[in-house]
Amino acid sequence: MSSGSYIKRPNRPLQVYAAIFLVVLYVPVLFLPLFSFNDSIYVKFPLSGFTTKWYFELWDRAPVWNALENSLKVGFVVATLSTFLGIFAAKAITRYEIPGRGPLVSFIMLPLVVPLIIFGVALLVLLSQLGIPLSLYTVTVGHLIICLPFAIATLIPRFEGFDQSIEEASADLGENAWWTFWRVTFPMVAPGVLASLMLTFTVSFDEFIMAFFLSGTEPTLPMYIWSQLRFPQEFPSVLALASLILAVSFLMVFLGQWINRGAYTDAAKGK
Amino acid sequence: MSSDTFISIQNVEKYFGKFQAIDDVSIDIDHGEFFSLLGSSGCGKTTLLRMLAGFESTTSGEIFIDGQPMSDVPPHMRPVNMVFQSYAIFPHLNVRDNIAYGLRKQKLPKAKKHAMVDEMLELIKLPEYGDRKASQLSGGQRQRIALARALILRPKVLLLDEPLGALDKQLREQMQLELRALQRTVGITFVFVTHDQEEALTLSDRIAVMSGGRVLQLDTPTGLYEAPLNREVASFIGTMNFFDGIVTKVSGAQARISTKGLGTVNASMRDRVYSPGEKVQVAIRPEKLRLSETEPHDSDNQVSGTLENSAYLGERSHFYVILEGISQPVAVSNQNHDRVDVLNDQKKPVWLRWNDTAIVILDAC
Repeated sequence: MSSGSYIKRPNRPLQVYAAIFLVVLYVPVLFLPLFSFNDSIYVKFPLSGFTTKWYFELWDRAPVWNALENSLKVGFVVATLSTFLGIFAAKAITRYEIPGRGPLVSFIMLPLVVPLIIFGVALLVLLSQLGIPLSLYTVTVGHLIICLPFAIATLIPRFEGFDQSIEEASADLGENAWWTFWRVTFPMVAPGVLASLMLTFTVSFDEFIMAFFLSGTEPTLPMYIWSQLRFPQEFPSVLALASLILAVSFLMVFLGQWINRGAYTDAAKGK
Repeated sequence: MSSDTFISIQNVEKYFGKFQAIDDVSIDIDHGEFFSLLGSSGCGKTTLLRMLAGFESTTSGEIFIDGQPMSDVPPHMRPVNMVFQSYAIFPHLNVRDNIAYGLRKQKLPKAKKHAMVDEMLELIKLPEYGDRKASQLSGGQRQRIALARALILRPKVLLLDEPLGALDKQLREQMQLELRALQRTVGITFVFVTHDQEEALTLSDRIAVMSGGRVLQLDTPTGLYEAPLNREVASFIGTMNFFDGIVTKVSGAQARISTKGLGTVNASMRDRVYSPGEKVQVAIRPEKLRLSETEPHDSDNQVSGTLENSAYLGERSHFYVILEGISQPVAVSNQNHDRVDVLNDQKKPVWLRWNDTAIVILDAC
């Protein structure tokens, strides 16, 4: 075994800690799918029986489909726009000597830590001052602010991860900046772009607070869930819906990370 | 600027902020020449090369290639191609697509492109490697592909930024020979950056020795080695022994110099005429001193000393000899023409001889 190596030596307390950590993190979440298959409108033990009827009931509800459509629309637009903007921001941050680069990057990343409720209220005030009616467009703008840091953070390691002389080589071989970008830079950062698309889509798809402040009469899926929480008899269906969202989100984030898995190791190798 | 001049670097200066990377450099490079920029790291050689490629602008001065001023010409429009130190092979493309990268704008039929790439693969002796991924290549193979990728465009000038630096010794020596043969075959001008003086001497038609952003000396390999202009060049290329001296007599181009260490020596003056009484430095290469254990009687130019140390290197031996009047031992390198028996008798008396032509006069520093 590799236990002889100092770094790889197993550490029992740390293993236990890691197990507890994962349990605390994910067990509460697992209650959602568990009760979504429970044949009772009450969320309590003991479970009364296995059923998939809540999922079928969901299928027949028009407002769910409507909300899903809204969320998908916003998600696609936000993912595309924030990734598009993120590509240029990441290229600028990694390629050009910008005065005050450090503070600038921190400033761009700020939406990750500023409470969303503050951003939401601020945007709401701004929009109403400007007389812009709330709609899916305003939700999109709100989500863009949240998603841009995610896009940039995903893309920067990709841009940092390859030798600048590769772009110089392209110029040297006769390609201008535009062609160099499309023939060299973009293919090399493509996994990061895909990862960014998936991550930003997921963030937008799951987001509630901004949607709460900025959506008008058309709810997104999280907004719909929230509106249904008032009705106890709807709760199992909400659980079913939440379980589905959870599954899709997990899948997309894992997929995105898997696609982008080379970014950090490539950077370390200087390739 | 002669009629054969192809690249003309005229009074070029480059500042990075307040740091002066290039200090008033003027170099003319001939058509078809293998030209090397030699210097230790930070001497400005790579900056100068990148200015030729267009990746760095000039702060002042102008670079002409084929008579055209290059200041306003971006890298992708210049008639030069570069082999990067890291080779910069496109990792997402296979070998064939790497080599064909620069052909896009020529809008050639597919078959023609294919034939050109085949020709290049043949030239770099990797005909079976067209479909390999860049990640499946060794350092030497990457270097060749970088070369092929540049040569396929038939550039007027090929710029090489320490292309052999990352290779091991054996492969490097092999690539040096191939590079030189290739340059003769394709007949284009090579500008080669290196910190390896031996490599520069082996490959180049002419070499510019650089330090601190300036060109210390621009000459042929023999010129640099046999007649260095100053102490810096003399000690950067090979080993050199230096002695302080005073000119005692001048007749024609010949000077008689009284030195500390070697006694009185005769040497011919080159571009500068010294006058009697002037302080100079006298320099001589280790292999141009001949060591003997018995006093020679056939030479006027001889001095006796004490052997301090010796090293046996197989085909030759190095000796360090203490001479009267100087503190630093003199380095001597002699071919082992005869069988060598143990020669580590330290502190024993030895004699050094030399020819007049081996002496180089330098300005006193």
